[in-house]
Amino acid sequence: MSKLTPDQEARRARMGLLARARPSRLAALYPELPAHEVLRAPECGAVMVRGRVGASGGPFNLGEMTVTRCSLRLPDGTVGHAYVQGRDKDHALRAAAIDALSEAGQGDVAPVFEALRAEEAERRRTRAEKAAATKVEFFTMVRGEDQ
Amino acid sequence: MYVATKGGERAIEAAHQWLAEERRGDRDVPELSIAQIREQMSLAVNRVMAEGSLYDPDLAALAIKQARGDLIEAIFLIRAYRTTLPRFGASLPVETGEMAITRRVSATFKDVPGGQVLGPTFDYTHRLLDFKLAAEGTTPEAQRKSADETPAPHILDLLDRDGLMEPLETSEDTPSDLTREPLEMPADRPLRLQALARGDEGFVLSLAYSTQRGYGRTHAFVGELRIGTCAVEMEIPELGFAVEIGEVELSECETVNQFTGSKTEPAQFTRGYGLVFGQNERKSISMSLVDRALRWEELGEDNTGAPAQDAEFVLYHCDNIQATGFLEHIKLPHYVDFQSELELIRRLRREAGAEEREAAE
Repeated sequence: MSKLTPDQEARRARMGLLARARPSRLAALYPELPAHEVLRAPECGAVMVRGRVGASGGPFNLGEMTVTRCSLRLPDGTVGHAYVQGRDKDHALRAAAIDALSEAGQGDVAPVFEALRAEEAERRRTRAEKAAATKVEFFTMVRGEDQ
Repeated sequence: MYVATKGGERAIEAAHQWLAEERRGDRDVPELSIAQIREQMSLAVNRVMAEGSLYDPDLAALAIKQARGDLIEAIFLIRAYRTTLPRFGASLPVETGEMAITRRVSATFKDVPGGQVLGPTFDYTHRLLDFKLAAEGTTPEAQRKSADETPAPHILDLLDRDGLMEPLETSEDTPSDLTREPLEMPADRPLRLQALARGDEGFVLSLAYSTQRGYGRTHAFVGELRIGTCAVEMEIPELGFAVEIGEVELSECETVNQFTGSKTEPAQFTRGYGLVFGQNERKSISMSLVDRALRWEELGEDNTGAPAQDAEFVLYHCDNIQATGFLEHIKLPHYVDFQSELELIRRLRREAGAEEREAAE
């Protein structure tokens, strides 16, 4: 894949956050949808998840996951897209709206991303800390004949 | 032969109503919610997602509830549902090396970069029933420890670096998909892995066990077993670049197997691979053993006639929905087939009787 521009990189990060957000949390963070025209109504479907043979070889089809997608346009013409895990149509619609608003440079969605980013970081940290607590610290028993 | 018969409608309706009542059980006992199944029966949910071949914990939990806990029936429901979904595309291959790890152990090396992480495992429990769970009590909180940012690279990469592992095929060709084209032999390794990933856990486990007991032995070590979450990325046509569309929990097993080398290959280790949706290490280890056993031909090993070496046998019998569909159909009306059998038996007996009478006369 060719290198992304900084704008594309930022949008990619935002869309990932929106996709991974819990639908109810996203609705709580941004309850009111802006005026918009739906270009592609929220649609549930499946994406084939691929793995790699032997972890780093060629691809193989592992199984599908549910995904909902949506595209819409704001009155100023900015288009927003969403591809979000699961079957929540409201999630996809809201994610597409927030994507469009951030593309249009509307600052009021920035706190949504800040909150999602912080909460996700906290969730990941919690899990990593629980994992770290189960890390084995090997030590070798001193055997009698070695003394 | 199948013929339409009528007259069962009322009985079927009554049977379904009774089924619904039995599913609910004693009404004095609180009803299970989907969220309760998803959160507290998560390994059952994982199995249904893996063998249903659709990652969606809420749907799997619903299927388990509807199937009264019959996991194969639940998998059947998921398989039926997934055929109704439009396919948006395929993800980029998940990079399991970047997994956020909850468990990671190696049976081949004690000290590995990133360490050995036990995670929420049943290992080292005493397998004694815990009657405290029968009484509603408080659940202890998991311990925590500050997590360093040490990366945890695949352990086999370390052997790979020293040239001791067989090289992997790295073709980026679109893999064939058995949900799109009927499974045909010979099946290449990507196709075999797809079939095994959605194959019945019990069947794959038994085959793997048979290789350990000598039926196609492959001398497997678990080089690495890791469980955790991976980001799923997909190219979005509207955008022209890939974005993360979600996260999936995966169990991955890489085995290291003996290979003594051949005329063209130096002695080296070979690989078996298992990757499964959700936390399911038994399935992922089983899958990697069977994957390795199926590779006898490309590695120039002997075919000992072991079941686990027979790709056609393994792949055509590992799908529990195909198996249960064909098995259970024999309980459905076969009145006409059976009538013809009955007619045949009677005729044979009549003819035999006539011959006996002739001989006696």
